[in-house]
Amino acid sequence: MSYVKSRFRHPEQKKNAVGFVKSDYEGALSTLCAGCGHDSISAAIVQACYELSIEPHRVAKLSGIGCSSKTPTYFLGNSHGFNSVHGRMPSITTGANLANRDLIYIGVSGDGDTASIGLGQFCHVMRRNLNMTYIVMNNGCYGLTKGQDSATADYGSVNKAGSENPFPAIDLAELAITLGATFVARSFSGDKTQLIPLLKAALSHRGFAFLDVISPCVTFNNNKGSTKSYDYVRQHIEATSALDFVPEAEEITVEYEEGSSTTVELHDGSLLALRKLSPGWDPTDRNAAMNQMDKAKREGKILTGLLYAETSSRDLHDVLATVDQPLNSLTQEKLCPGSAALEGINSSFR
Amino acid sequence: MNPTDITNPEYFHKVIDCQYACPAHTPVPEYIRLIAAGRYDDAYMINWESNVFPGVLGRTCDRPCEPACRRGRVDEEPVAICRLKRVAADNKGNVKARMPLPPVRKNGRKVCLIGGGPASLTVARDLAPLGYEIHLYDEWHKGGGMMRTQIPGFRLPESVLDEEVNYVLALGIHTHFNHYVSSLKEILEKDYDAVFIGTGAPKGRDLNLPGRKEAGDRVHIGVEFLANVAFGHKKTIGKRVIVLGGGNTAMDCCRTARRLGGQDVKVIVRSPFQDMKASPWEIEDAKAEGIPILNNMPPKEFVVEDGKLKGMIFSKVKAVYDEAGKRSLVPTGEPDEFIEADDVIIAVGQDNAFPWIERDLGIEFGKWDLPVINPISFQSTRPDVFFGGDAAFGPKNIITAVAHGHQAAISIHLYCSGQNVLDRPAPTVNLYQQKMGIHEWIYDSVVTEDDRYKVPHASLDVTLKDLRAEVELGFDRETAFREAQRCLNCDVQTVFTPDLCIECDACMDICPTSSITFTTNGDEDDLRSRLMAPANNRSQDLYVSRELPTSRVMVKDEDVCLHCGLCAERCPTSAWDMKKFLYSVTKTTKII
Ligand SMILES: Cc1ncc(C[n+]2csc(CCOP(=O)(O)OP(=O)(O)O)c2C)c(N)n1
Ligand code: SF4
Ligand SMILES: [Mg+2]
Repeated sequence: MSYVKSRFRHPEQKKNAVGFVKSDYEGALSTLCAGCGHDSISAAIVQACYELSIEPHRVAKLSGIGCSSKTPTYFLGNSHGFNSVHGRMPSITTGANLANRDLIYIGVSGDGDTASIGLGQFCHVMRRNLNMTYIVMNNGCYGLTKGQDSATADYGSVNKAGSENPFPAIDLAELAITLGATFVARSFSGDKTQLIPLLKAALSHRGFAFLDVISPCVTFNNNKGSTKSYDYVRQHIEATSALDFVPEAEEITVEYEEGSSTTVELHDGSLLALRKLSPGWDPTDRNAAMNQMDKAKREGKILTGLLYAETSSRDLHDVLATVDQPLNSLTQEKLCPGSAALEGINSSFR
Repeated sequence: MNPTDITNPEYFHKVIDCQYACPAHTPVPEYIRLIAAGRYDDAYMINWESNVFPGVLGRTCDRPCEPACRRGRVDEEPVAICRLKRVAADNKGNVKARMPLPPVRKNGRKVCLIGGGPASLTVARDLAPLGYEIHLYDEWHKGGGMMRTQIPGFRLPESVLDEEVNYVLALGIHTHFNHYVSSLKEILEKDYDAVFIGTGAPKGRDLNLPGRKEAGDRVHIGVEFLANVAFGHKKTIGKRVIVLGGGNTAMDCCRTARRLGGQDVKVIVRSPFQDMKASPWEIEDAKAEGIPILNNMPPKEFVVEDGKLKGMIFSKVKAVYDEAGKRSLVPTGEPDEFIEADDVIIAVGQDNAFPWIERDLGIEFGKWDLPVINPISFQSTRPDVFFGGDAAFGPKNIITAVAHGHQAAISIHLYCSGQNVLDRPAPTVNLYQQKMGIHEWIYDSVVTEDDRYKVPHASLDVTLKDLRAEVELGFDRETAFREAQRCLNCDVQTVFTPDLCIECDACMDICPTSSITFTTNGDEDDLRSRLMAPANNRSQDLYVSRELPTSRVMVKDEDVCLHCGLCAERCPTSAWDMKKFLYSVTKTTKII
């Protein structure tokens, strides 16, 4: 019986720019089902943070409830974490972010956690353009409670018990674009070549970055007739473009064909280079993105890749004109200037 | 790359680094697990089948398995394989009952073995149970060959050697001890169906330096010195002793000299330390007994005054390497050094010598006056004469001699049955399921992080006074268990069935050593550069699957796989499975 992962690693592990090897970004051994898509996403997060040379202590992971929300235990074991209550990850992240704007916030949620109980919080955190990366590990069901259909289950999708879903699905990516998310992408746990650059771009984006990652539940929703199974997703997947993440310091070395490629410059100067664009799509045009998604849906396809990005937006701190430093770095006098200062403020309203 | 053919027995055999490196291909992980389980008899018999002298080898083997051990590539040190073997020998019960008996009815064939060392005894062990009448000749009064004459008692107690030699002799072997064969012709004139020559490499090299003659009997040849000590002919030595040579024989000589009364014993080698041939542990043991080793000092002459050896003069050199990496020793320009000595032991190598083989018997001799031998069958150019051990291809070690013996026995059996000696039997291989439950395996899959355990030594106060007091005390059972747990079970293979794979990446994500990658196919160089971790150890294979539905292939770099089974545990469809691969070299007589 194992449940133990040896601490031996490949002897030639390379250090990244901040001196960490990839295993420094690992977490505890997963207790999820063997083959769960969520574990692949965790591995992609590990890889993305390692490649971005993010210092683990600069990351905070937050989640709600569900198999997906358990995953922060399984990656970035040296980072901060908060496992909140069902559907409440956005409000906890908002509070944390307002208190300490210097950390990198990764919110992990499930389709149940986001599209059912947490739908309200999800909408508001997007409207506020909180600077965070919000990942939904979307398996179309409530995995943790044994696979009931969730609000992202497609109409007509057959669950493990054999019944068809009678309700239309909420498309979280469409909702995100509608409600003002400033970076929206969809991906698949089984396609790390796409997922890792998207994660890196999302983590480099300033503002609300939303990633809807289809992540098959092998135990309860990987059956024939399910539209979130490995087989179904692989057969129906279509990408808006191929992607390369180009860090700030590096030059683009690949030559891209005119007209079929574009780049999105992110807040920190890094670039997301997009090749073989699907015709009629422009990542900075909200309407074009919506049209593309509609079209794909009509054709029975699952559109993945970057869908929409708006990189010059103002995040919540900008809008609220908060202080530049994290609150924990302010002196007591600054944080709590005393009753005389309060008196001054009050009298300014009189 | 083309998909790996795992039905080729050599593929998985190679993954078991220790077994593959062992000349006799002893199934190491299998017996280590048995030791951990306290099944010492079973562990002993597995060894006895493969290497005939587990108790001897558990103390003296050159252990080619240990540098090969996979653990050495992920941890600081390999598993103490050799000393675990000794644990099986030390703790076994009555194993004799499990050994074959000489058949009452003989098969009518007579085989002669010349030399009573490990190669000949292995041939005897393999052929006697088939009904061969075996005649063994040796110049000494007991069997064992160089195991008796060249390995000092403080490394190998005589009782251990006697026991294991006797297991073989008890198979009804006709021994002709105290019988030096001085003419092969005489032997061939007798009615033997086949003759096996396992006479070792008995001639120690001398050094023809000025003063050598005059120094007379204060200069000794290493192997002769050790034999004389072993048989009690030499009991004392001067206080100051120089040992020339950097091999294991030199180490045995200097340690023996310490026990005969040598107080200031030095080993002096002509080249740098790192070029010494002796095993690192032998060097360590010599140093621990207060024996300094001086390097880069080629001997120049013996200094003899009034007919008495005074010492030796050495020059000073340094090693210089040319572009091709070829070494030359060039003088440093420092003055020569005189080192005092009462005795000098020369242990600079040994040679095969066959003055007793007439050159008109149909046995062809080639380069360096060595017999021409087929490296697979060990047959000479005269079909009824076979060679093995050091006599075949020059000085190697006991385990190589044993491996030769097994192969020669097969050849002799084929030859005596009128079959082609090059029709070698295939190895026997078996794959055994290891699954017991969802996360449960029959083997201990968890990888311990323990460092290699040290074998306790007896105190120098005792061992330096007594030539026969064994220095190493062996692991106790508790420590043996812990050391055995360090084995990575490389014989429990990761077997991949592409038809079952749903490409969820779970195995790739969980693998602690990043050994598994799913990627598009390419040629070997290209693939090695694109894996999850660099695959720079070319001596280790890539396991490549056929193309999967997403047009990728599974590529596993065997190099640092821990055989922890996590890939199989995380696989939802059992596309990965852990299966024990038992490989055994076919012998003429099946023992277990
Ligand atoms: C307030 C509250 N209501 C209901 C539950 C029961 N519950 C636990 S997990 C879950 C759904 C999880 O689904 P999802 O977020 O999609 O995660 P998954 O397990 O599929 O990854 C529910 C309804 C709960 N834990 N708390
Ligand atoms: S129940 Fe489904 S979602 Fe939860 S761990 Fe298992 S496979 Fe993953
Ligand atoms: Mg879910």
